[in-house]
Amino acid sequence: MLKTTADGIRRTGQFALDIAEGIGAVAVFLGLTLRHSGTSFQRFSLTLREVFYSGVLSLVIILVSGMFVGMVLGLQGYETLQTYGSAESVGVLVALSLTRELGPVVSALLFASRAGSAITAEIGLMKATEQLSAMEMMAINPMARVVGPRFWGGVLSMPLLTALFIAMGIFGGYVIAVPVIGVDSGAFWSQMQGKVDVGHDVINGMVKSVVFGFAICAIATYQGYSAAPTAEGVSGATTRTVVSSSLAILALDLILTAFMLKG
Amino acid sequence: MPADVAVEIAGLNFRYGDRDVLKGINMTIPKGSIVAIMGQSGCGKTTLLRLIGGQLRAREGTLRVDGTNMHTIDDEDLYRLRRRMGMLFQFGALFTDLSVFDNVAFQMREHTDLPADMIRDLALLKLQAVGLRGVRDRMPAELSGGMARRAALARAIALDPSLMMYDEPFTGLDPISMGVIAKLIRDLNQALGTTSIIVTHDVQESLRLVDYVYFVAAGVIVAEGTPEQIRASTLPYVHQFVWGEMDGPVPFHYPAQPIGALIRGPALAQGGSIAAGSLHA
Repeated sequence: MLKTTADGIRRTGQFALDIAEGIGAVAVFLGLTLRHSGTSFQRFSLTLREVFYSGVLSLVIILVSGMFVGMVLGLQGYETLQTYGSAESVGVLVALSLTRELGPVVSALLFASRAGSAITAEIGLMKATEQLSAMEMMAINPMARVVGPRFWGGVLSMPLLTALFIAMGIFGGYVIAVPVIGVDSGAFWSQMQGKVDVGHDVINGMVKSVVFGFAICAIATYQGYSAAPTAEGVSGATTRTVVSSSLAILALDLILTAFMLKG
Repeated sequence: MPADVAVEIAGLNFRYGDRDVLKGINMTIPKGSIVAIMGQSGCGKTTLLRLIGGQLRAREGTLRVDGTNMHTIDDEDLYRLRRRMGMLFQFGALFTDLSVFDNVAFQMREHTDLPADMIRDLALLKLQAVGLRGVRDRMPAELSGGMARRAALARAIALDPSLMMYDEPFTGLDPISMGVIAKLIRDLNQALGTTSIIVTHDVQESLRLVDYVYFVAAGVIVAEGTPEQIRASTLPYVHQFVWGEMDGPVPFHYPAQPIGALIRGPALAQGGSIAAGSLHA
């Protein structure tokens, strides 16, 4: 009994240490990435290329998901609000839900799955096929040439994708509320305009998406760069990127929301 | 270190964790020569190449490349030194998102301010040297193994390195491609005056090509000499390796318990021939 309890405590302690070590390793890697970020801005075409791969190629999943999330919000919101006789406020509900929470969080989760995993797999495979070693032997630092542009390309893409997700969500909510259900179009837009605050809602949502972008890209590039150079290693790293990024997004969301509501 | 020496290694020890990989390595590679480092897979050859290229660092012994101590060199000087090095990786390591031409032009674009027209001409000349001008627009995935190795060679010599390192350049190639790569190594060595270090376990092709050979076994240099001396060597390890003998100092069986302790019953009674017998049945 005593031994089982001691083993349990030991395992819990080891788990906590592993998490702390993982966060520390990503933080050190993020520091190195920032230190070698000069190339990403001096040769901005490299970063723009990654904006295309991470951002533009994620557009379909982001726009379609945003549309559906907005439609569901419209349906659920109308169903609840009409019992209080305030169905015209459905536009406010859709917009606030999207700008404050669902937009940044859902688009970040989708971005981690679509672009984060792709970044990890690409860097991991470059490592497994010795492309990173070849680059080092050519006196080219892979942190500057490979990691930096992918990191910044993802960071720049994230808030843009979030903005598009929110816009499509609001459009989806409008399609359900106004043409389908019959809520007054003027009330839908005017209430939204009156209740949604740019500073408190929109900017805070964008701040969240930038923070999520940093977290996802740091995790994705770190996992790719530190992946074991085998097929199994790369597949494990890709999975870890999605899992760790998703958990990081949800944890950071809680922390950021607490600070924003307090502020 | 004499001026005519490209690489000088003395008393070099290297370990991964608590496993000794290289023990007391001494080596002198003159400028302009072609030197082979031979040995079984896993004997430490590639580790030695990575130490020379500065990808790994040892804590004991000395390793000088072109007079520079590789143990104490800082990153900036290491990158400066690497501009004078070229390395051909075992499977080419071409950048898979770039065409053959862009792979060859990659270093020129990264390290020089040459105009685009000149980079284009230089890259085409490098591709011409390896006979691949005609596939310059193909992607690496569209090349055969031999062609990929040649394209990687063109990329490695893009900046006319003074030291070329080849990691298993003949592995997995058909005899024609093998001969082509060997000829290219020799021609490039003569045309550019490059010092070449070849890590390989392909004995016959290498002995035809190189000026000097080091044999590594279990992290130690067990023999060295000219190709003629190596062919004539009566050292059991070298003899077994050069002539591809199945048993010798490197045993056929990996160390294990006696077979009688593992196999019981009819197979043991028939002297272990039951498996062979059942194949014929």
